[in-house]
Formats: sequence, structure tokens, C-alpha cells
Amino acid sequence: MNNQELLREIDRLAKEINEPVRIMEVCGTHTVSIFRLGIRQLLPKNVELVSGPGCPVCVTDDVYMDKAIAYANRDDTIIATFGDMLKVPGSKSSLSEAKAMGADIRVVYSPLDTIAIAKENPDKKAIFLAVGFETTAPTAAALAKSAKDNGIKNLFLLSTEKLVPPVLRLLLEDDAVKVDGFLLPGHVCVITGVEPFKFVAEDYQKPAVVSGFEANEILRGIFLILEMKRTGNIRVLNAYKNVVTEKGNETAKNLVGEVYDTVDASWRGMGIVKKSGLRLNENFAELDIERALKIDIKPAPKKTACRCPDVLKGIITPKDCPLFNKVCSPEKPEGPCMVSVEGVCAAYYKYGRNSFDF
Amino acid sequence: MCLAFPAEVLKIDGAIAKVERNGVERDVSLMLLPDTKVGDFVLVHAGFAMEKVTKSDADITEALLAEMCGGERTVNL
Repeated sequence: MNNQELLREIDRLAKEINEPVRIMEVCGTHTVSIFRLGIRQLLPKNVELVSGPGCPVCVTDDVYMDKAIAYANRDDTIIATFGDMLKVPGSKSSLSEAKAMGADIRVVYSPLDTIAIAKENPDKKAIFLAVGFETTAPTAAALAKSAKDNGIKNLFLLSTEKLVPPVLRLLLEDDAVKVDGFLLPGHVCVITGVEPFKFVAEDYQKPAVVSGFEANEILRGIFLILEMKRTGNIRVLNAYKNVVTEKGNETAKNLVGEVYDTVDASWRGMGIVKKSGLRLNENFAELDIERALKIDIKPAPKKTACRCPDVLKGIITPKDCPLFNKVCSPEKPEGPCMVSVEGVCAAYYKYGRNSFDF
Repeated sequence: MCLAFPAEVLKIDGAIAKVERNGVERDVSLMLLPDTKVGDFVLVHAGFAMEKVTKSDADITEALLAEMCGGERTVNL
């Protein structure tokens, strides 16, 4: 079906269902695509698209940022990081502020770029900030394995990768979060396959669709969710079959299993989510900067009116946060939802909060 | 961050492939997709090939990206 046909079907189904349907996406790229494509303006009034915790940068907590900044401020370290981490606020500062004050912090596109940095600076510790979901974790695992196999002794990782299925479970268990269906993250599923997400239908009877990122694919995902609601045949469907399979990328999954243990992890705004994080296992412990160089960082609760936690869970939209567009903006972000290019607040700010009545 | 793009594999040297997209070449790692062959189209993310795509999907994505950059509409999905 083309876009117009899908929109007509969505309209027809929404009328037939005749009650509010809240669909949550948990992928920063979906958040931005939906805005950029103007999809919200085209949907019927009772179909609401909500953003969940889809941005791994946004859910990185203060403690991790404070640790990264503390390591960066040492004379014997070079930090290698993805660009979107630079402006994330810790409890007092940020990596970009540390960089402005002289810390050696370098933006890399690929984690493997850290290897060259380590080789060129044998007297320093090159530390890669490993952030991301299942899409990116294998790339950091590949870095760890390469470094170990090549005997590079001055390369380390500070890991805070996170897993999506456990946080979906948490959201489904939380009564304050009212979600009727999910658009599942396309590229996470390239790696994991569809299987780890089947529980959404099997345990919680909510429809979910693995979607790509173009207008037709997103609309198809919404259409399929509404169709499942109408028929009551609730399943987890794969609508991104050109790259997503049932089982995903086995090589990538095995690499992650070889390098990491699954541990409990702290998600900004959500607290501890069980078995939702990755930590270098015993065989790769020597690459863990936290084990090699202990620093003492304690969580420092900030007094702030920032409502990122509720925004991340889809309980409120950015407009409901008292700081949005008054104190908090992309130039001067208060919380991570505004910092990251794929954060919900940044998307709302950039693309406008308008909707049209046709 | 998670913006993956399709590219054609031109050359393979061990675990590194030279890929091309839109006239721009870059090296990507094949550690996550070791069965890649020259001529394959792959989805690239953070310097790694993540998955194979078909040429027609790669072409459609290219056309859409060109349209986003102000080009003409050449694809109707």
C-alpha cells in the first residue's frame, strides 16, 4: 500500500476502534523520523504517538557522565567518544566543558578508531565511552576483542550499553505508563532478531511491529498495530524484513556474549532496570577502565525541575515540562532529552509542536 | 547516532572492506558480517557492516536520501 492508502486505512480503523490508542516508539531515529515526516499531523485524533526511552545517550545517568569527566580530566588519559555524548550534563559539568578546559577528548565515528589513538599514544590510556543499545554494543565488543587479540595494553572501555527488552518490560509493568502498542526499533532488531520481543504480545497482550524508518514503513507499522487491535489477533510482527530476521545477526550476538556479562543497570529517570546493562566479563576485565583505575564517584542528586524521567517514560510530553523552551533548549540543555539530537525534547523543539485541524 | 546507511562493497582486505556510497568511499569492519563478498550491499553503522541489503533497497534508500537533500522525487513508495 502506498502512503495515501495506508492513511485511509489508519483513519478507517481508528474510527472503528473508536477509543484512544497510544503507540510508543522506543528508538531515537523513529522519534526524529516521525517529526521530520510530519506524521503526527496526518494521524486521526485518537491515535497518539508517544516517545519512550529510545535514546541510549538520553538514558545515561549522571554517575556515568561524572566518571567519564573524571577520567577525562586526568593527564594520562585520552577519551574517545561518539559525538552526541559531548553535551550530556553530568551533576556539575559535561565532556564538552572538560574539553574546553583542556581535557583530551576526541570524537570518533567508529569504536575501532580508538585503536589508532591507543597506538599513537603509548604513554596514555585511551578510553572508549561505550554507549548504545543492541545495535552498537557489538561494535564496542569488536573493539574489545580486537584490542585484546592485538595485545594493545593501553586501550580501555567505560561501558554503559543497555538492552531494550528489559526496559519494555518495566514500562509494561508500570501503571502510570499507558501504552497500547509498540513500534519496535528497526536496527536494534537487525542485531537481536524479532524473538526477544515476542514477550510483548505473549506476556502482555500488546501488539508490536518492527518498523523501518521511512514514511511508508512507519505508517505500515501504525496500520498493522491498529489492525491487530481491531481483530484481537495480537502478535509481534516484522515489517522490516529486508534487514530484520527472526534470529538477527548471530555473529554480532555471539561477539557480545563472548565479551560481556549482562548486569543490572541504572537508567536515567527510571532507576535500576534488572539485567538491562552490559559489563566486560572476566576474560576482558583488563580492558575495563573501572577495574584498572578506580575512581570514587557517588550519585549526587540534583535539585532540578527537569522532568526528563517522565518524558522518557512517555507519561508527559516535553510541553508539560516547566523548563521546556524557557530554561531548557538545545543551546543550554538541562537534561539529556534535550541534549541528544535524537532526544524527545530536542525533536519537539526543532520540529515544532504544531498539529493541524483539517 | 543510529543512522545506518547502505553502501556497496568494492574491495575486501582481511576484515576490512572498502565501501562506496554516493561517490564517497570509506573503510568498514566486517567483524560482524564475515561472509560479506565484493559486490554485496551492506548496512553500515559506526564503522561496521551490520547486515546485507539488496541492491534495489540500497537504490531506493539512495533516492530517498537524495530527495531529502533537495533532489527530485524519483521513487514512489
